Amino acid sequence: MRYLPKSPAEREQMLKTIGAQSIDDLFAIIPAEYRLTRDLDVPRQMGESEIVDYFKAAGEKNATDYASFLGAGAYRHYRPVIIDALVQRGEFLTSYTPYQAEITQGTLQAIFEFQTMIAELTGMDVANASMYDGSTGAAEAVLMAMRVTGRHKAVVARTVHPEYREVIGTYLQHRDLATAEVGYDAKTGRLDLKALDAAVSEETAAVLVQNPNFFGTIEDVAAIAAIAHKKGALLIVSIAEAVSLGVVKPPVEADIVSMEAQSFGVALSYGGPFCGVIAAKEQYLRQMPGRLAGQTVDGDGNRGFVLTLSTREQHIRREKATSNICTNQALVALMATIFLTVYGKEGIRELAEHNLAKAGYAAKTLGDVAGAKLLFNSAPRFHEFVLQTDEQPAAWQKRLLDEKIVGGVELSRWYPELKNASLWCATETMPRAKMDAAAKVLARVAVEA
Amino acid sequence: MAETIERKTLGKIRPHQTQNERLVFEKSAPGKRAYKLPPLDVPSVDPATALGNVRRTQPAELPELSEIEIIRHFTRLSTWNYAIDLGMYPLGSCTMKYNPRVNEFVSRIEGLAEAHPYRPESLAQGALELLELLQKCLLEITGMDAVTLQPAAGAHGEFTGILLVRAWHESQGNARKKVLIPDSAHGTNPATAAICGYQVENLKSNPDGGIDLEALAAQVDDDTAALMLTNPSTLGVFENEIHKIADILHAKGALLYMDGANMNALVGKVRPGDFGVDVMHLNLHKTFSTPHGGGGPGSGPVACKQFLEPFLPIPVLVRKTGNRDQGAGLGSLHWNYDRPKSVGRVRAFYGNTGMFIRALAYILANGPDGLRQTTEDAVLNANYIRKKLEDLYELPYKTPSMHEVVFSDKKQAAKGVKTGDIAKRLIDYGFHPYTVSFPLIVHGALMIEPTESESVEELDLFVEAMRSIAEEVEQSPELVKTAPHSTRVSRLDEVQAARKPILRWRPQAEPSK
Repeated sequence: MRYLPKSPAEREQMLKTIGAQSIDDLFAIIPAEYRLTRDLDVPRQMGESEIVDYFKAAGEKNATDYASFLGAGAYRHYRPVIIDALVQRGEFLTSYTPYQAEITQGTLQAIFEFQTMIAELTGMDVANASMYDGSTGAAEAVLMAMRVTGRHKAVVARTVHPEYREVIGTYLQHRDLATAEVGYDAKTGRLDLKALDAAVSEETAAVLVQNPNFFGTIEDVAAIAAIAHKKGALLIVSIAEAVSLGVVKPPVEADIVSMEAQSFGVALSYGGPFCGVIAAKEQYLRQMPGRLAGQTVDGDGNRGFVLTLSTREQHIRREKATSNICTNQALVALMATIFLTVYGKEGIRELAEHNLAKAGYAAKTLGDVAGAKLLFNSAPRFHEFVLQTDEQPAAWQKRLLDEKIVGGVELSRWYPELKNASLWCATETMPRAKMDAAAKVLARVAVEA
Repeated sequence: MAETIERKTLGKIRPHQTQNERLVFEKSAPGKRAYKLPPLDVPSVDPATALGNVRRTQPAELPELSEIEIIRHFTRLSTWNYAIDLGMYPLGSCTMKYNPRVNEFVSRIEGLAEAHPYRPESLAQGALELLELLQKCLLEITGMDAVTLQPAAGAHGEFTGILLVRAWHESQGNARKKVLIPDSAHGTNPATAAICGYQVENLKSNPDGGIDLEALAAQVDDDTAALMLTNPSTLGVFENEIHKIADILHAKGALLYMDGANMNALVGKVRPGDFGVDVMHLNLHKTFSTPHGGGGPGSGPVACKQFLEPFLPIPVLVRKTGNRDQGAGLGSLHWNYDRPKSVGRVRAFYGNTGMFIRALAYILANGPDGLRQTTEDAVLNANYIRKKLEDLYELPYKTPSMHEVVFSDKKQAAKGVKTGDIAKRLIDYGFHPYTVSFPLIVHGALMIEPTESESVEELDLFVEAMRSIAEEVEQSPELVKTAPHSTRVSRLDEVQAARKPILRWRPQAEPSK
């Protein structure tokens, strides 16, 4: 087996050293009736070229030559090539969690830089080293707010990603924590502030909203914060599209921000691994879940970094920990850090403006198609929009697929009241020609080859 | 003292220079660029007009650098890390084995890496087929009946598994109140049970470090939902009375949860599903070679027996039956969301697909013979180290070791040298430390897991280093207590880091040294 660095003679010699007759001696403690006496029924050992062929075939079967208007919590942005060149350095790729600080300063400094960038982008004081993803991060943020306030109710906007809301439901089902959902304004697609005001009480630990919300519209975070804070509740803002922060006002009025950083140079990879992160006001630091890298000095006074405040964590506090999270998304957070360094202060704004322009064109072009109209068109939005069609989405989806285009996600699976509505996304990677082609297909006009 | 240490070869180590590198923010200068966007092919949109008062007016203080500086920055940082690619990483319980490069290559194949999770299932059959094959392999390896790949890491898998346990008990009319956890368990176990609304009840180990059957029988009652058991235990010892443990639990209607962190000691030799486990998680980043990446991403699939299958998180991968009229053998794969008994979704989308690809590539590279040989070599290596060190380091439990061996610092502590000191001194010999002070039931534990990835040469260098350190403890304990001496930073002030946390760089911060 090519990954095993031993010759048969060396194995024999080692057994002799140990004083064992055969390798079976070392497994003698396993009761005989349970020992496996046959080969596992898994595919035979393959050569490297066969493995590559197998996965290439799977990739081709998946199809690669489609233009896609899919967004909804997973976004296609260009990934600068130096990201993969750097994260595949063995010193990053094959290193463990940096508990031994003296020989993991590289990872620790990179995490410290990541924390800084996330704090800068979100307008929060501090950020952690990462969470699994945006959905679990949002659930952990609600639990964090519960610990901070000692309250047991949460108010969640219906415009938070539906799958995030499902995950929150899963996390809270065995906690003494009731959630109420607040709807959206039918005209703007923004959170219904009156309903929110009615839903928040002195028992509310947290109000959770998404910004830009699931429909792509941008919320009035300041107004939402005022309603939450009036009753002493914390405001959690969930951000599913991190690139929006290049042009959208950061949620500085929030107390906790839970973000999905996949847009920062992380491949779509059929849904994971992505990169969640929690940022917060400094006073809530000690209730934060997850790892934190902090700056300190060594014995000679040199600057260095360590994992810190670990008394919050499971390996120290066990059942009293702030979370059971252990492994998180370090290498993916490194991808995000490199991405943000490549684009930098000006680039992240320019990139976000390109997204704004592309989506603006797509929305106008598709919204102008006879039999189609934009919903929530009066509210500001980033790079996603909701299109309602006279036709059922399944009908035009099929026509689009024939032209090698994947249209927007049908919304009725989560919002039955939004009939024939679909959520479209156009990032900087979407060519104008594909937007024009999609509009023609929707309008049943022949697309030129 | 420092003079002699720096100049002479010590084990694998010769001194070499590492370069200083400031924070990326401290290298920034306005106007430097590492990107170039293509010209817009659509009219530009003025953010002020489009966004009004929700527009960002104050840019984030992100660094501005050129591409070569970014390459150098992160490359320099990388050289400050130890890694498996550099040598043995004997972290017990963490299973730092070789991460094959073909795994990285195939995970980046375009049709897989660029697949959007909401693409139509007709365009995702390639991804779904490899998920299905991985599921089949994991079921065969564990001997279980059903599996979900959704959990993002081991602790997330524990959470999912205990949710299944709870849902099943509820379906029987009583969720029950407590989960039993041995005192040798990983910290994630009690933290998980607490999140799932269970009280944690500690189970004391017997003199051999295993489960005390009498104590277990006395503690299991009608309020017990499950026992969370790591097997082999964190001492690296197989619970040879595992079937009795399962029987005691099952007789009282409680379930057996297995923490699969140490599954790499069992693959191809014995299957948890055959010895009474009801539900378990796997760490793909341990047993199945996906990289740890400095702390993730992981992946924590959960496998269970048939009676727990209805409760699995949504969605569940199913194959439609083929349409015989059209002569099709197999139908297409799709996600089933219609699962009324499901515990719900534990994360968005379907799981860490990139990790599934890597794990499957590893299984295909091994085949049944390679998987078994891998397990045998891991156990062989641990026993080799045990044999070569047991005269100098105290072995608190004499029970046979599987894939890892746990010593204590009892002999060295007599000289005032603790396990943490020995670990730091190991760095000077060119090795990553073993796991320190865990499991908690061993005072001053040295938990060593070599994995199968080490050659005799590397193992002998490690043994030599450990023996040399034992000698240093006798001759010059201060040398060990003040280690490491060869790293670019000396021991870091963790107290200061925690007392006055500095968790981010700020503009106008003090210039670095």
